Amino acid sequence: MSKANLLDRRQVVSALLANRKDVVAIGGLGASTNDITAAGDHARNFYLWGGMGGAAMIGLGLALAQPKLPVLVITGDGEMLMGMGSLATIGLQKPSNLSIVVLDNECYGETGGQTSHTSAAADLVGVARACGIPDSRAISTMAEVEALARAVHDVSAGPKFANVKIDSANVERILPSRDGTYIVNRIRGDLGFQPI
Amino acid sequence: MHARADAADTAPESSTLWPDDIFATLQRFDVRQVPYVPDAGHSKLIQRVLASSTMRGIPLTTEEEGVALLAGAWAGGQRGALLMQSSGVGNCINMLSLIPILRFPFLTLVTMRGEWGEFNPWQVPMGSTTQGVFELSGVKVLRASNAAEVPAVLEAAAAQAYNALTPTAVLLSQRLIGAKVFTK
Repeated sequence: MSKANLLDRRQVVSALLANRKDVVAIGGLGASTNDITAAGDHARNFYLWGGMGGAAMIGLGLALAQPKLPVLVITGDGEMLMGMGSLATIGLQKPSNLSIVVLDNECYGETGGQTSHTSAAADLVGVARACGIPDSRAISTMAEVEALARAVHDVSAGPKFANVKIDSANVERILPSRDGTYIVNRIRGDLGFQPI
Repeated sequence: MHARADAADTAPESSTLWPDDIFATLQRFDVRQVPYVPDAGHSKLIQRVLASSTMRGIPLTTEEEGVALLAGAWAGGQRGALLMQSSGVGNCINMLSLIPILRFPFLTLVTMRGEWGEFNPWQVPMGSTTQGVFELSGVKVLRASNAAEVPAVLEAAAAQAYNALTPTAVLLSQRLIGAKVFTK
C-alpha cells in the first residue's frame, strides 16, 4: 500500500504541535489520537476513542467558546468522511480560530487497511472549499506542513482546512488516557474553569 | 421536516407564547450555543435565538453534529442546548455515547411527530421510539403536553441538566405544537 514520497504521520503531527503554545488539539478516533499523544501528552489535548465523525464538530464548539485560542482538529480520512456534513456547518459559522487537518492515508488503517473513498474518488479539499472554507490546502510536503503549523496560530484568518497525504504504514501505538471525563476536565482546568 | 403551521388550518390548541418561555429559561441558565436542525415547532424559538446577542444559533446538517458540538462547547466553558425533531433523535444514537463518557451537560428540546393526530405514517416509527431511544442511551426524558406546563418542565430540565449533569431531553408534544394537516 505504501507509495513513494508520502509523508510520515508522526512527523506531520510532531511538526504541527512542535511550537503549540496555547493550541487546543483534538485527535479524531483512530490513529490520529495516538499521533497527538506521540507528540507529547498535554493538558490541552482532547483524545477521542469513539464518537466517529464528531471530531470537527467538537472543534467547532470549542472554537466558538474560546475565540481567541487556536483550535486544531487532527483526524483521519475515514473519520472526516463520516462527519463530512460538519464541513458545511463550519463553512457557515466561519470560526476564524479553527483549523482542521486530515491525515489522509486513503484507508481505514485501524480495521485492516480497507481502502477509503479518498483513494479513488473523494476530494476532501474540494469538499471543504465548496462548503465555504476558502483556505483549504492539499499538502504533500513537510515545508507545507510547517507553513500550516505557523498559520494555525493566526486566530483571525480561519477557518482552515488541510488534507495531508500520508503513508499508510501502521506505526507503533502510543495510547493516551481513555478516561473521557479526565480528558475534558483537564482541558477545562487548564482554561481556568472550575469543576461544577 | 415539519412545515410551519403559522397559517395552518389546525392552529395550536393553546397559547403560542411557550417558545418565549423556553427562550427565557435558556437565557437564565446562560446557554450560549444553540445547534439545531429546523422544525416548524421550533421556528419561533430559533428566531429568538438567532436574534439574541448572547446565544449563537448554529444550523446543522444532521443532528449528531449538535451532540459533538455541545461536548466541545463544554470543554471550552460554554453551555448549549440542541433543538431537533423526533426523527433526528435516531440520527444521534452513537454520538450520544459521548455524554456519559465526557460527562458534559446535555439538554435537548425535541418537537414530536408521529403522535397526536399525525397524518404522515412515515413519522410514526421514529416518533414511537424517540423516548425509548433516549432512555436506552442514558438520557432522562421529560414531556410538556400543554403550554401551561412548559415553564416548569423547562426549569426542571435545565436545572438537572446543567446543575446535576443529568442528560435530559424535553419532548414537546405534537398536542402542544399543533398537528399539521396536509390531507383530509
